[in-house]
Amino acid sequence: MSQAPTREVARRVFAREFNDASHTFKESEDERAPVYLLLPTGERANRVFLVGTLTEKEDVGEGDEYWRGRIVDPTGTFFVYAGQYQPEAASTLRDLEPPAYVAVVGKPRTYETDDGSVNVSVRPESITAVDSVTRDRWVVEAAQRTLERVAAFEDESNEYARMAREEYDLSVEEYRRMALAALEGLDESDELESDAGVDAPAEP
Amino acid sequence: MTDLHTHAEDIVAQFSDHLDLTVDEVEERLENLVNEYRVPVDEARRSVVNSYLDEAGLERDALGGGGNASVGLAEIDQDEQWLDVTAKVVELWEPRSDSVAQVGLLGDETGTTKFVAFETSDLPELDEGAVYRLENLVTDEYQGNFSVKLNRTTTITEVDEDIEVGDDAETVEGALVDIQSGSGLIKRCPEEDCTRVLQNGRCSEHGSVEGEFDLRIKGVLDDGEAVHEVIFDRESTEALTGTTLDEAKDMAMDALDTTVVADEMRIGTLGRYYRVSGPQFGRYVLVDEFERLSDPVDAEAALIEARSI
Repeated sequence: MSQAPTREVARRVFAREFNDASHTFKESEDERAPVYLLLPTGERANRVFLVGTLTEKEDVGEGDEYWRGRIVDPTGTFFVYAGQYQPEAASTLRDLEPPAYVAVVGKPRTYETDDGSVNVSVRPESITAVDSVTRDRWVVEAAQRTLERVAAFEDESNEYARMAREEYDLSVEEYRRMALAALEGLDESDELESDAGVDAPAEP
Repeated sequence: MTDLHTHAEDIVAQFSDHLDLTVDEVEERLENLVNEYRVPVDEARRSVVNSYLDEAGLERDALGGGGNASVGLAEIDQDEQWLDVTAKVVELWEPRSDSVAQVGLLGDETGTTKFVAFETSDLPELDEGAVYRLENLVTDEYQGNFSVKLNRTTTITEVDEDIEVGDDAETVEGALVDIQSGSGLIKRCPEEDCTRVLQNGRCSEHGSVEGEFDLRIKGVLDDGEAVHEVIFDRESTEALTGTTLDEAKDMAMDALDTTVVADEMRIGTLGRYYRVSGPQFGRYVLVDEFERLSDPVDAEAALIEARSI
């Protein structure tokens, strides 16, 4: 394959599944070969796109600024770290006032803690403030992609599913339920909003 | 002559379903016409094909099977497929290599595709805007994009009709996940027909030039399955960002820095979902039309669909 390197697709994955992942791998010996995080539903992720609510931000740097953001989706929390090598993302985190809907494009990063467990975070390429419509669209998209991965998990030709079975002891059925619950949550909040529009008394 | 030999092979292939021909006998007939009677190769081929059509009791159109496919230009989906088309030369481009005689865009009712004619094929030149019957083209594939190559066996006949070239716009959608360098407020080379984007005030062809301001966005739409590179020209960039070229120049002037324009654009557009359509050139979809996907999602419909996955 002598093709120019193609851009890695940004996977859609909910926070719970993302944080359950821990295994990373390369597909070539090349030093600059992309590093992939193995998703438990059987897909490789070198880049992710997520939209959620920034609930907290904190400069955890010693000396240099190093911003940590907590971004919440219907299933859990993404941790995003941005420092001097991600100047735009860092300055966005500095300027944003939580709570706020944000969209993040970034790379998965893993970090092994002293007790041997693996923490997963996102190193952002960009963070932008978005609206609730974009956030809802992402939840639907992430649910669909998750369900598609679960549906393809038993396919014999699915090498990343095979890898996930070897590396993780996790039930993909859990992720199916999680994705459906996320959509049910959206559906319910829809109903609440439309009910509110008709019945709720006006704010005093 | 190898040339005639190739024609002979093609003809044998064309009639393989109908007649039991040998390359030698076909070549001999071609040779007779070309060398003895001084008939041009194209005409000789035509005449030989016609006589075999008679022999097989076929109409010219009936040459399917072993013959060339007739496929719409925008519908080509195979590499190394032999084609006959009637097409209009929509655009001629500047060849980038000495081995290329002509390169440009051919169009028919289904849409457009790139074509290349090589110097070694020694073919008559095609004129922009003219319509031709082109027989014996071969398709080519590069990174999923198809084009057609003219070759020395290609016959070119100008036809006296116009073709309404179809619109084969690609439509892609996804989240805008990147705005690449070379976006925002840029300068283009002012030399006639150049328009290359300047790097540090230099054109790769014309060196250091004054440069004319322009706006564009080279973006990446990503739907979680595939990435699509898209280019917004000045008009669509202005519509997308709400920033006009003049406003962008003012912003850059105030900041004494042109990169603030792209930075502003990133803040206003990254992470949102868009659907764009326009012609595909190489890796890029050139945006003619776009819309922000800002309708509220139908959670109930999504849930019904999701339960069926």
